[in-house]
Amino acid sequence: MMKKILFRTLIGILCVIWLVICVFPFLFMVITTFKTHTEMMSLGVFALPRTFHFDNYVTLIQSSRFLRYVLNSMTVVPISLLLILATSSMASYPLARLKYRFHGLNYSVILAGMAIPIHVTLIPVFLMTKRLGLYDSIWALVGPYVAFNIPLSVFILTGFMTGIPHYLEEAAEIDGCGRTRTFLSVILPLAIPGMATLSIYNSVIMWNEFSFALVLTQSEANRTLPMAMWDYKGRYTSNTPMIMTILTLSAIPMIVAFFIGQDKLIKGMIAGAVKG
Amino acid sequence: MIQNPSLLGRRKKREIARTALLFSLPALFFIVVFIFYPIVNSFWISLHSWKGIEPTMKWAGLANWAKLIKDKSFFNALKNNLKIVILSLLIQMPIGMALATLLDATGKKMNAFKIAWFLPYLMSSVAIGYLFRYAFDPIFGIITPISKLFGGGAVDLLGSSTNALYTVISVICWQYTPFYMVYYLAGLSSIPTDLYEAAIIDGAKRRQYFFRIVIPLLFPTIRNACILSIVGSLKYFDLIFVMTEGGPFGSTELMATYMYKNAFQSMKMSYGSTIAMGMFFIITTVSILLLFVLTRKEKDA
Repeated sequence: MMKKILFRTLIGILCVIWLVICVFPFLFMVITTFKTHTEMMSLGVFALPRTFHFDNYVTLIQSSRFLRYVLNSMTVVPISLLLILATSSMASYPLARLKYRFHGLNYSVILAGMAIPIHVTLIPVFLMTKRLGLYDSIWALVGPYVAFNIPLSVFILTGFMTGIPHYLEEAAEIDGCGRTRTFLSVILPLAIPGMATLSIYNSVIMWNEFSFALVLTQSEANRTLPMAMWDYKGRYTSNTPMIMTILTLSAIPMIVAFFIGQDKLIKGMIAGAVKG
Repeated sequence: MIQNPSLLGRRKKREIARTALLFSLPALFFIVVFIFYPIVNSFWISLHSWKGIEPTMKWAGLANWAKLIKDKSFFNALKNNLKIVILSLLIQMPIGMALATLLDATGKKMNAFKIAWFLPYLMSSVAIGYLFRYAFDPIFGIITPISKLFGGGAVDLLGSSTNALYTVISVICWQYTPFYMVYYLAGLSSIPTDLYEAAIIDGAKRRQYFFRIVIPLLFPTIRNACILSIVGSLKYFDLIFVMTEGGPFGSTELMATYMYKNAFQSMKMSYGSTIAMGMFFIITTVSILLLFVLTRKEKDA
């Protein structure tokens, strides 16, 4: 009995230690945002600010420079997402519902895309973007974002569509629907839960994407939110509270997405993981 | 399959194949243009000598590849990648599994812990990189005050080439352990509860149940987690690039950061492409080997 209690206390202590390790950096980040730069120097990093300053937030939200990054991200992510959902739901339909000669080849060509590390494609995509005159514009990001998120999306949606009962499709066929019509009015509506998972998962990935944004864009006016931290670093290099405010603001959408679609996000992540 | 398909059947088959192709075309377009073509193109560029500004590339044969094989910096980067592979496996997998087992055993009671433990994975790699770059700052960070509390001096974890890599690896573990926790948790919750009850009725101890029943049942999950972790560690980029930019003195240089620096900072496009292709071959070989070895083991078991 004694041993059991001791064991439970030990586990409890370990849980709390791990909790502190996980949460402490966040506390450091958020508390720092409420301090002024001088306050941080004089009080030390652990002290709570005497009064909570929202100045850092106000400065950022009022700066058209910062809003530009947000706006760019809010343009690129939904447009890419729409393209991903359209192309991958179309590609999944024949893979899930039709039997034809090149079925296996078609599936493996699309899924092979999942195994490719993006950094291998960085240089050619950069050169291609330059040649097309898209360099340093947010539109340069759409192509790679769509391409690299299609494989997983097709994988998930194909699984989803395979589960749809066949009689629904047959009924539509008897009613005189062609394949396009069957796809649009029978299969697509039934695949909406799968698309919801994909939307959250893909948005989070693109919202945070760094490598392509770093290589394909250059000027501040054309960069997405992850690059804001990179660009502001030079300007506020010693102003830790300001940098922490940018970090906090850009993490908020992620945390909101997590609370809206906790299960869906985790499902997407795990599906993304099992791809191998 | 019908032995002698009628004309109608053959026409229908062809019609289906055509529909399938038309539906796949948009997706295939993106994949071919942005994934397959770049790989071929990258290999082509690696066979030339080119800085990216001259209008024509000069054929160089395998000169870049000969240089890569003798490049100490590249092998140093590969060594750092391998250190990340090993330490990630040794740290993230057991902790992730322990946390998942605990959450699975306690059920809803620990939900608050589950959310808090998951937090690190919600932040982007770039944000985490910056957060810890500032948190580990020797003057304004959180480590020096702690060290002073115990009578030590200023600590510069990222500034010293002996500590930097291990510091970065601990941040990587901080970021990814929650992922494996949730991943294992999903695996654990798919094991039916009557199995536990049956084992206990048969007189099994909790520990026996875990090692004899849970671990073998979870083998595919654990295998996938290991493959993910290994391949992920080999292509690591964002966090390290933001935290240290490969420094100090190349002590945290990785294959991907070395590639980026060559191609986009020193403007050696063709050598950068060679590094990228080297990375591609290493990662592809490792993934195929892992899949082959680990799936065979599963069949034996």
